[in-house]
Amino acid sequence: MPLAYHLQFINLLAALLLLIAFAMLSQRRIVGLVTLFAWQGAALSLATAIVAWSTGQHHLYYSAGLTLVLKVMVMPWFFYRLVKRLDVNREVEPMINIPTTMLIGIALVIFAFNLAMPISQMAGTVMRSTLGIAMACVLLSFLMMITRSKAITQVIGFMAMENGLFFAATSATYGMPLVVEMGVALDVMIALFVLGIMSFQIRESFDSMDLKHMESLKER
Amino acid sequence: MTTGILLQIVQTLIAISLAPLFMGWVNQCRAWLQGRSAPPVTQPYRTLKKLFNKDAVVARNASPLFRFAPYLIFACMALAAGIVPTIANDLPFSPAADVIALVGIFALARAFQALAAMDIGTAFGTLGARREMLVSFLAEPALLMVFFNASFISHSTQLPVIVAALAHREFAIYPSMAFAAVAFWMVSTAENARIPVDNPTTHLELTMIHEAMILEYSARHLALIEWAVALKLFTYSALGIALFIPWGIAPRGDLTALPLAILVLVVKLAAGGALLSLLEAISAKLRLFRAPEFLGTAFLLAVLGMLIHFLLEV
Repeated sequence: MPLAYHLQFINLLAALLLLIAFAMLSQRRIVGLVTLFAWQGAALSLATAIVAWSTGQHHLYYSAGLTLVLKVMVMPWFFYRLVKRLDVNREVEPMINIPTTMLIGIALVIFAFNLAMPISQMAGTVMRSTLGIAMACVLLSFLMMITRSKAITQVIGFMAMENGLFFAATSATYGMPLVVEMGVALDVMIALFVLGIMSFQIRESFDSMDLKHMESLKER
Repeated sequence: MTTGILLQIVQTLIAISLAPLFMGWVNQCRAWLQGRSAPPVTQPYRTLKKLFNKDAVVARNASPLFRFAPYLIFACMALAAGIVPTIANDLPFSPAADVIALVGIFALARAFQALAAMDIGTAFGTLGARREMLVSFLAEPALLMVFFNASFISHSTQLPVIVAALAHREFAIYPSMAFAAVAFWMVSTAENARIPVDNPTTHLELTMIHEAMILEYSARHLALIEWAVALKLFTYSALGIALFIPWGIAPRGDLTALPLAILVLVVKLAAGGALLSLLEAISAKLRLFRAPEFLGTAFLLAVLGMLIHFLLEV
């Protein structure tokens, strides 16, 4: 029997989240990465709003709104400004080349799907099957943080990971309590600003945004 | 059965006659998007007419294969156009070849194209043939994976069964097909020699892939190849329609739905052509050595679609 349409639509949005996560892995330019990040936020916000509408969990509306404002508007705007001010649009070669990264990504997705299967069977939500996708998004963002060398790409990876975690929470338990979510959002905002300031400091000290330079911090 | 054969003939004729028009429409959209004044939609027909009226010039050292290849390529594309359901689902040809055989038919045409390009022995022909083989051997598995996505849903590799499962059953959103659609777009740009993999309007031999292979052809041979190229683009668009927006194709044994089906096909092709040219306008041509990465991504997306299918749709 086919699922109800709103569930199918949530599934589609979940698939879209994963698609965007892969697009981010393959993206070479930082501005493109920020745009993809904004789109991921938009898909996440829409999915959350539909879950809120279909299950009557009103606090999820606030979460969706918060996501929309923070992750689709404020953060991308901040990132665009940061990229412009730091003048680092082109990412130099990632540490592992992109096709290999994508292959590792596929392996991670299979791992995440298998990992999530027993958990999602225990969850009581209507959209529990999307938990695997949420896990995969988290792992893929993590992979992006590992394989990229620029500080700003790693920050975007971190934020994308938060997207994945948020989606995991929504799909497993209809989201965390609103207080927790507000706290997380605030944390992420603070992290964003701190990391933004940090990137200026990194560039001041090393004349580059490449974190490989930080491996040789020891005094000569 | 007779209606089936009649439908088959009508559909193949529609594909063959409309293909240059579709090509003209895509070119027109592209010209508009680039801010140029567009050639008329019927320009490909005029080009074909001009080419058919010319005398063919063939290199002195050309083997019979070189003369024979355009006919074979055109025949392959016409056969492929007959297999893909565009207006009706009741096609006697279709059981003869499923999607895997369809990929094989495209491969046959491509192999002869490459052989003919190498036959003359010019540097550019060989270069084009090698590049074409590099691109196509990566595009083929990705195309197969896209088809398998649809096959998982419909439990068949026959195109009419796939269309029947997707269009005439209860409506459902398949997330796996979203992945397959992106992968299909990537593969079809590579297979049809369009931006971002190849530029169909380039005049610079060093960047050519497909154009480099047909440099030595003239007159009716060139006309047949150009027509086959248009037909291939048409067939791929019809495939995209059949897999991703199949609503409107007349179901088996329903002749009254046919006029509507033709109308819907024209609308879908017009929209599809506009979308294709839009995607071409916003993307830049890739370096040749980025093409394997591009097609690798298409393959991975199609595989991902299959994984998603098992997670969400079973």
